[in-house]
Amino acid sequence: MLHRESGVFKTSYAADMALYPLPIARWTVAALAACFIVLVPLTVSEYYVSILNLILIAIVGALGLNVLVGYTGQISIGHGAFMSVGAYTAANLITRIHAPFWIALPAGGLMAALVGAVVGIPSLRVKGLYLAIATLAAQLIIEWTINHVPWISGGVQASIEVPRPTFFGIPLKSQVQLYLFLMAFVVIAIVATMNLVRSRVGRAFIAIRDQDIAAEIIGIDIARYKLWAFAISSFYAGVTGVLYTYYLGIANYEQFQLNVSIDYLAMIIIGGLGSVLGSIFGAIFVTMLPIVTRWFLEDVGSLFFSQSDLLNIIPNLRLIMFGTLIIVFLALEPEGLNRLWRNIVAYFRVWPFSY
Amino acid sequence: MPDIDFEFTFILLTNGLMIGLMYALIALGFVLVYKATDAINFAQGEFVMFAAFIAAGAAAGGLSFWLCAALALAGMVVFGFGLERIVLRPLMGRPIIAVVMATIGVAAVLRGFATLVFGAGTRVIEMPVGDDPIILGPLMLPPVQIVGATVSLIFLGAFSWLFLKSRMGVAMRAVAESQQVAAAMGIDVRRYFAFAWALAGVVSALGGIVWGAMLGVDNQIAVIGLKVFPVVILGGLDSIVGAVVGGLIVGIVENLAAGYFDPIVGGGTKDFAPYVLMIAMLMVRPYGIFGSRRIERV
Repeated sequence: MLHRESGVFKTSYAADMALYPLPIARWTVAALAACFIVLVPLTVSEYYVSILNLILIAIVGALGLNVLVGYTGQISIGHGAFMSVGAYTAANLITRIHAPFWIALPAGGLMAALVGAVVGIPSLRVKGLYLAIATLAAQLIIEWTINHVPWISGGVQASIEVPRPTFFGIPLKSQVQLYLFLMAFVVIAIVATMNLVRSRVGRAFIAIRDQDIAAEIIGIDIARYKLWAFAISSFYAGVTGVLYTYYLGIANYEQFQLNVSIDYLAMIIIGGLGSVLGSIFGAIFVTMLPIVTRWFLEDVGSLFFSQSDLLNIIPNLRLIMFGTLIIVFLALEPEGLNRLWRNIVAYFRVWPFSY
Repeated sequence: MPDIDFEFTFILLTNGLMIGLMYALIALGFVLVYKATDAINFAQGEFVMFAAFIAAGAAAGGLSFWLCAALALAGMVVFGFGLERIVLRPLMGRPIIAVVMATIGVAAVLRGFATLVFGAGTRVIEMPVGDDPIILGPLMLPPVQIVGATVSLIFLGAFSWLFLKSRMGVAMRAVAESQQVAAAMGIDVRRYFAFAWALAGVVSALGGIVWGAMLGVDNQIAVIGLKVFPVVILGGLDSIVGAVVGGLIVGIVENLAAGYFDPIVGGGTKDFAPYVLMIAMLMVRPYGIFGSRRIERV
């Protein structure tokens, strides 16, 4: 956070785990809330708010994946598919029984959690690489199933149109309204994750990640907690899928393919594994990367290349930068942007009187 | 259940065998790297694509087939060495997800780079074998497939020999078994890591030329990489024989599935069936048919 203390003065575990590390933290949070909930909707233009919305959606998904990968240490290359499960569950509920968002969202999340727990079953038997491949298979199988069962996918081109959610009878038409709607879920997701990881369940997850055999010896039911991790993480993914469906106004499996799973993995690696703040940083970074690349190339690139060349260059350059960044972060800063941020904060902790 | 037509089944089986051998060739690259370095290469499909692009690019420059093939081989060897040095060596001893993600990153870079340089259009590699299919009874076999299957067989044999008998292969197996002990016995671990990636490059180059000649070269060729996983899981991650058997199983299963189920469910079973089989295998026997049982249970 933005405030700083001049050293580490915590004397108890409870103080170390507190959500507000200092009394002033409440003010920081209040200031951030005022900035993002009041100031941004009033001042930022519609286009930029739509980008912020994409970031907000990504934050929910990245938090969920981080619970599984960062905190529990299980790999999933199938999160895109879990999102599609949530998206299609909600889309079907909305179009068939006109479910409002407060039914569609949890329902999508729960269905994804169920599927996620089933996919997590191999994690009881295999780990590491094998789990990565099993979840990859889940991604492809779920994708195929949705695409080939018209009852789920809505038939033509496997897409279902969904109206924007209504809030007490008001349809959320503009991007700003949607922004506030999404922001509510992001806040819930952030607080829920922070509380999850400092609870009994979260400590069990971390124990499994750090040393699974030792965790079992001290009495943690590994099978149960691994499935819980898959279920919780997939719940987030399902909600992300529903939110994304609301944002786009359409549920389409093409929005949830393998590359999405990889994007989210990149978010938590670039942001920082096992860190809430890192998930947020990563979501911002990976969402902005293609957008900034496009802005940059449309302005600067047009001096050197023709328009048609640019159309070819932009997506490929994005892929190259994306891959390079993953490698660079893995090799040089495995704890991601979160670590860089902590280094900066640590530097300023006693600045300018460091001794 | 559709009527079993023996001729039709026979054709499907033979096609599956041919394709399966070619899958085995690509899976071989994966197995080599896993065997020697314990690393997993999620970019195997992109390796193949990149090699195919090099060959096709050289062919477009008017070079003869053999020269193109040599160029692709040399290029991929250099690439393998470079990749190991720049990307994978810093990640030695890090958790498995780091290596997985690094190779995924490499895959993204390769795909972007190849499309950027070579364009999105489909290119061709002409093998000097002609186009007339060879007709054996009810079978029509394109010569490219036969060459592909033969090349696969030859190299699978060669690599088995390399691993079992040659000094280099023995050293590689030692490194895979235990890096520390191998180093204590005077084996230069890093050198053999680099060799393993270079060999993966060689295999990918062969795969790229063979598959490129059969399908045409564009960035879709990287999708073959996704077929590698069922192959290696079925056969066993660290077994060359397993790669062959897994390749054959996947080739045959996907051809039978495509032949018999596609008309019922409307397409796509070819990509789907191997994965179902793989999940079943993971549940029952995760180390595969020929893999060594090194899986830790928790």
